[in-house]
Amino acid sequence: MNLAITLLVAISFASIIGTVLQQNQPYSDYLLKFGPFWFEVFKALGLFQVYSAIWFLIILGFLVLSTSVCIYRNMPRMFREMQDFRLEVKEKSLRNHKHHNEWEVAAPIEECLSVSQELLAHHGFRLREKAGDNYQLLSAIKGAGSRWGYLLTHIAIVLICIGGLMDGNVLLKIAESLGEIKVEKRNILANEVPDISRLASSNLSYRGNVSIPEGGGANVVFLGYKDGYLVQQLPFTIEVEDFRIEHYESGQPKSFESDLVIVDDELEAPLRETISVNHPLTYKGVSIYQASFGDGGSKIELKGWSLAGAQKEPVAIKGIINQSQKIQTSIGEMDLELNDFRLFNIQPSPEEGRKFHNIGSSIQFKLRAATGEAKEYLNYMSPISTDGRLYFMSGVRSSPAEPFQYLYLPADSSASIHRFMTFYNRLKDSKGLHQLALKAASATTDSGAVPEGGQEEIANMMSMLVRIYVQGGMDAVIGAIESRIPEEKREEIAGIYVKILRHLLGTVYLDLLKEEGQSIEKGMSEFDSQFFEDAGAAIGAIERYGSPFYFQLVNYEHIQATGLQLTRSPGKNLVYPGCFMLALGVFLMFYMPQRRLWVWLRKKDGSVQVILSGNAVRNEMDFANEYQEIHEKLDEVFSPHT
Amino acid sequence: MVTSNQTLKLELDQRSLLQRLKLTDWIWAAMLLAGTFFVYGEYNELMDIYEKGILILTAATLLVMGFSWRALQILTTLIALLSLFALSRYGGELAQVEQDFFLKFMFSSQSAIMWMSALYVMATIAYFGWLFSQVEFVGRVASSMTWIATAMGFVGLMVRWYESYLIGTDVGHIPVSNLYEVFILFSIITALIYLHYEKRYNTRSLGGFVLLIISAAVGFLLWYAFDRNAAGIQPLVPALQSYWMKIHVPANFVGYGAFALAAMVGVVYLLKKRALDHNPTGVMALRLPELNMLDDVMYKSIALGFAFFTLATILGALWAAEAWGGYWSWDPKETWALIVWLNYAAWLHMRLTKGWRGRPMAWWSVIGLFVTLFAFLGVNMFLSGLHSYGEL
Repeated sequence: MNLAITLLVAISFASIIGTVLQQNQPYSDYLLKFGPFWFEVFKALGLFQVYSAIWFLIILGFLVLSTSVCIYRNMPRMFREMQDFRLEVKEKSLRNHKHHNEWEVAAPIEECLSVSQELLAHHGFRLREKAGDNYQLLSAIKGAGSRWGYLLTHIAIVLICIGGLMDGNVLLKIAESLGEIKVEKRNILANEVPDISRLASSNLSYRGNVSIPEGGGANVVFLGYKDGYLVQQLPFTIEVEDFRIEHYESGQPKSFESDLVIVDDELEAPLRETISVNHPLTYKGVSIYQASFGDGGSKIELKGWSLAGAQKEPVAIKGIINQSQKIQTSIGEMDLELNDFRLFNIQPSPEEGRKFHNIGSSIQFKLRAATGEAKEYLNYMSPISTDGRLYFMSGVRSSPAEPFQYLYLPADSSASIHRFMTFYNRLKDSKGLHQLALKAASATTDSGAVPEGGQEEIANMMSMLVRIYVQGGMDAVIGAIESRIPEEKREEIAGIYVKILRHLLGTVYLDLLKEEGQSIEKGMSEFDSQFFEDAGAAIGAIERYGSPFYFQLVNYEHIQATGLQLTRSPGKNLVYPGCFMLALGVFLMFYMPQRRLWVWLRKKDGSVQVILSGNAVRNEMDFANEYQEIHEKLDEVFSPHT
Repeated sequence: MVTSNQTLKLELDQRSLLQRLKLTDWIWAAMLLAGTFFVYGEYNELMDIYEKGILILTAATLLVMGFSWRALQILTTLIALLSLFALSRYGGELAQVEQDFFLKFMFSSQSAIMWMSALYVMATIAYFGWLFSQVEFVGRVASSMTWIATAMGFVGLMVRWYESYLIGTDVGHIPVSNLYEVFILFSIITALIYLHYEKRYNTRSLGGFVLLIISAAVGFLLWYAFDRNAAGIQPLVPALQSYWMKIHVPANFVGYGAFALAAMVGVVYLLKKRALDHNPTGVMALRLPELNMLDDVMYKSIALGFAFFTLATILGALWAAEAWGGYWSWDPKETWALIVWLNYAAWLHMRLTKGWRGRPMAWWSVIGLFVTLFAFLGVNMFLSGLHSYGEL
């Protein structure tokens, strides 16, 4: 018993560790989090998979053992006690019970006995009589629930633990320690995984995942195991015809459904079934659940707008999600790894009332340089409204641990990216830029905003500033000031430089507007002037964006993949009955406690001496009340106050 | 003393349970059955077999409970009448909440829940008022306010259920799906269990203490509703769209409610014990219930909580097997449920087999509340997992 409590406490503490330390994460995450020393310590203790650690399983095993022994030792006694009416009690011990009363009754002993029988039976007691040498004993028992409860709950715990152990990965662990299986850690195709990392379909229990694109099929699942995986062969093939997500009006997901076809030689015709969350399909003892979803290789078309060299027309790129391709950039060949396409992006809505809204499709990809370094990007297809204006948003980050930093490219009045790209290309076109700079310089020398000097020289400086800004953003401009201008003059000169920069940017922009056919005599519209500010800011941020291209998603063919979880858990057949027994046992234990009463009668000097006595192991207060009731009733009968 | 031979006469109440019922019992039962049949007839096409089963079992359970505790008959009748009245004021339009006087100030789910909140807090004060003044009227007011608050809480949930269908037929669902809703459930269940003990043990002196924890829950509820704007009705994520929710969640909250009650009784036990030791003639020592009784209520409440918590965890496991692909995933919520279960299993073991009583058990019961609280709230706040339906 004490051992059992100790084990339960141990299980509790292990469980707490298991909830505080996130389980089954990639080992690299743990390494990053705890450092190399503690990583090794925790790994050795099995803390990354507490619930399948050897020591944890041993504790569970001990619990099963000790509970079984407990049941084995107590069961015979309990059955005996349930039947034992304690007919051998002595008069003296009856008087020792907490609840006992006595009467002397002037009535025949048979009558006293029958009254007592009737009363106790009325209260639901089972009765036995015994005639002693000079006395009669009536023994009564009620409520065997506590003993049945004990048996049921304890057997239940054994059953649940054994069932749970069956469905856990104990067998895998044994096979692994015997060297029969080996964890696969490489990222390779399922059919390339060697046999030593494959499990036959006869495997007793497993719980694995597989992602199947629409139109595809699979006859294996992957079991995550330690820092790698195993490939589990299925006794059939699953094909996915269609995967659907339905949405509520508010945009939140309402249902995930997959149309599956089970192909099996033993079936006359393939089995067609639609599964959804909460509605799995069970076939051959294997349950198939809708667990997740992802991209199944959508075909996408991109426009790559150059952000580095001067290039007017974007390059067209076609790609497939989950594949990578080489692209030529101004900084050499790079790998474009297309990671994910999302048809919808549901986000908290800035508007009152509607909590969520859809901001359209997006694509996530990595650009990997020849050195292996990569940045990750998240580009939205449609411009997104921020403060009432539309921007093409692109997020960038250097590692998955960071949040995305966004580049906001303003959309023009027809919600396209063209004006921005044209403006940006103009700034990169040194010839055109210089011409405009000359024009601007002559205008500024007339107005006297810059110091006297040749227009050519000023124009050169203007276009140089713009070039620095376009290439390196405001940081580069500041850097240029710091390297050329003595400290005491910097502030003054910086102000002038910014003015000059803005002036030339503005000149180029106005030129562009004129070309678009806009009249600017009455000044710019608010939209156009805000566009200028946004475009200027965006251009200044392009250096930090760090990509030679801005990839605009222009077209897609969405192919989804459904994430299925497949489980085979024969332990269920023990766990479920165990659960039923547990629930039943607990209720019996608390609500049908055992109670005992005795009525002891002896003839004495023409009257009858009656002793009523009783005890209960549990719920004493309830018993006290019932005893009180019985006592009062008997008192009415045996000593009527008339 | 008996002097002469006589015939013994034993008069037993031989009437069966059914025969002992009064006219009002029959009327109430008839209304309950009529309501159940009506709901079945009207909506059976929309319910799956399990939901029909749940409806019938709910009615049967209510029938048995109502016969053995007549106050429930009044409570359920009141809830039904007020809810139906509220529903009739909507006329199928959610916008009526702003237009209709009764909805705006009394029976829209938000208003009803505000009434519940206010009444529980006032009842707490009244119970303490009664404890110190011993004025019978104050005591009666306290009890009545608790009853009415409970009724309003139920009305609030009922109306909220209806409102969810007004938002959209695909949005409609039983209001036990997020932290806001279950806090209401927690308050009314805890109050009901307390009211049961109040009648059974004929004492009001526990009331203030039990209502303290309900008031705390109400405080959280209001903060959550106003500061976090969490009172809105949200559609269900796919994993929650199941009949299991209708039984798993309420069973769980009978457990949580009973554990919370036990902890507050534990507090009273400790206060009483301390008062008896230090100041045996003070208010606390004289007016708080007997130690034996407190011990018994504590045990009963933990036993009740444990039984329902066991049931709830099992139901949860069965549901998990259907929704998440395994009856046990060592998800933080599951694991903490196990820890809570083990904690109270050990408590009961110690009391029943080792005969532990008194102060240590009272302390343990109070500590148990913190373990329970962590399982209930802490997991949502600090740990992530599958079971993240009520995020703070």
